[in-house]
Amino acid sequence: MGGRSSRQQSRKQSSDVPAASLSELVVHLRENRTQLREEWVRRITEAQLLTAMSSDEIFAEATSVFDNYVEVLESGSVEALQAYARNLSERIIPRGVETHEVVGIVLLLRDVLARSLFAKYQGDFALLNHVLDAYEPAANRIANTVASSFVQERERIIRQQQEAIRELSTPVLQVRERLLILPIIGLIDPQRARQLTEQLLQGIRSNRAKVVVMDITGVPSIDANVANYLVQTVDAARLMGATLIVTGLSPEIAQTLVVIGVDLGKMETVGDLQGGIEKAERMLGYKVVLVEEDRP
Amino acid sequence: MQVPILKQGDYLIATIQSALTDADLLQLRDELAARVGQHRSLGVVVDVTVLDVIDSFSVRTLRAVVHMLKLRGAETVIAGIQPEVAFAMVQLGVTLESEATALDLEEGLIYLDQKTKGSSRHGRR
Repeated sequence: MGGRSSRQQSRKQSSDVPAASLSELVVHLRENRTQLREEWVRRITEAQLLTAMSSDEIFAEATSVFDNYVEVLESGSVEALQAYARNLSERIIPRGVETHEVVGIVLLLRDVLARSLFAKYQGDFALLNHVLDAYEPAANRIANTVASSFVQERERIIRQQQEAIRELSTPVLQVRERLLILPIIGLIDPQRARQLTEQLLQGIRSNRAKVVVMDITGVPSIDANVANYLVQTVDAARLMGATLIVTGLSPEIAQTLVVIGVDLGKMETVGDLQGGIEKAERMLGYKVVLVEEDRP
Repeated sequence: MQVPILKQGDYLIATIQSALTDADLLQLRDELAARVGQHRSLGVVVDVTVLDVIDSFSVRTLRAVVHMLKLRGAETVIAGIQPEVAFAMVQLGVTLESEATALDLEEGLIYLDQKTKGSSRHGRR
């Protein structure tokens, strides 16, 4: 009964009570640092987490996490840990460490420390309760912080990469005066299709292009929506006085276009990029002549 | 606002200067039809560079202009449709399929040369 009442009491004033138990806890963790750390690393290896890292690295990171962990318990401020977790994520994400591994190791540490507390206070149930009251919320908060920092970092990287892909994905290149090529690689979603069309039209205006060769060899497939965009792009280019030649249609894309019934009359298509450029050159009046080398 | 129509050799050039009301458009149509006969012009460039909106009535009128002038013996080319306008037009399903279009006035004149004389008098530069 005594244990329960003290527990309720501590819950009521949960923000300031645990101070005494927390400092006791911190002292305990500091004293047993080496042993707890080793136990934790053993459990990580046992659970086959962080397989992408060598055991020395795991030990070094475990030491930092452990120290940060104790620090958070002591100070109650998660900011330092947040920064550390972000930094750690930055280092380990490129090596293929998964979310479940990160969450797994933090939870393991929580378990290891809780066990050691059980072992230490097993004689005094009331005191154990008290210490756990202080320990549990702090530990959960830490697990939460590390996991969300990791996920945030991951999302940041994903956003960054999406941005990079978007910027790289639509070069409009001039190969001859009045002739542009637009090589497209990768999947086209409606947003990208729209962006492509806009860039193409701007390119036509700024380069005063008459013919544009759009090469879609690198596009594996398109859906009806995007096919429609393609046709719209052809029309829009024509409204600006330019002809759009589409090259490199894969069998799948050809099939899609036929199934959705695109009017092929107004779409110029040529088998490959070379053929497309040759056709464009003819339309512009260029003639490519092989230079005969003077032979001795 | 009225659209000035300039005579340039065998061609007429109508450069739209600001957004037009429906009445202005109809006036432009009638004026062009009259002037083509008067000057015995072979071609007409309608320059729409300044228009940032081309609505369905404008499209219909422009199409009518092209067909009327064709019947009067002149080729017509619509020049200077802006990228945003072109994009908006195709989204509305308006594509001016049977009408000639050109990037700008210069291109329009080159097109007319090719169409009426079979050669490029202005050259490429």
